[in-house]
Amino acid sequence: MPVPKRKVSKTRKRKRRTHWKLESPGLSICPNCNEPMVPHRACPHCGYYKGRKVLDTE
Amino acid sequence: MRHRQKGRKLGRKKGHRELMLRNLVTSLFDNESVRTTEAKAKEARRLAERMVTFAKRGDLHARRQVLKHINDQDVVKKLFDSIAPRFEGRAGGYTRIIKIARRHGDAAPVAILELTEKSKEAEEKEAKKVTRTARKTGEVVGEEKE
Repeated sequence: MPVPKRKVSKTRKRKRRTHWKLESPGLSICPNCNEPMVPHRACPHCGYYKGRKVLDTE
Repeated sequence: MRHRQKGRKLGRKKGHRELMLRNLVTSLFDNESVRTTEAKAKEARRLAERMVTFAKRGDLHARRQVLKHINDQDVVKKLFDSIAPRFEGRAGGYTRIIKIARRHGDAAPVAILELTEKSKEAEEKEAKKVTRTARKTGEVVGEEKE
């Protein structure tokens, strides 16, 4: 069975992984309370979505 | 290939899935709004819209067709007598899905499925929610937002 000839060095491994990144979620600002929120969803902070929805949290 | 295959399986066998959706739709008509996962809301919407269409027809056959899906006589009565008339001037779009924040615990996308035209009582309940939040955020109730 074919196998790698050399162990992958730390540098090489790290270089390969430089492209593994977390992406930040695309957030927008709630037009009602100015808190960041996920677009197209009721705002978890004030509970608004195109008017009124959801109970407030606590 | 899944050509022309409609609907979601929702990780359940047919019987389980169908009963779950029927229960969900029954609750929707009973309470005017339900909170579930997005996928279930979208599936339940299909059934709910169909039931309203039957209810608008209003005849005995339509009522029996609905009873095949909704196993609660009282809810069917409410659907025919109080829900269907509200939708007289509307051709479809009887329900609305509002996506809300992901569920804590399993991060499942959650949504609220509700009737587009709600009864007076249900709207009063909603209004209470507004007042409660408004008090908390220190905003004046009844004032129009720009």
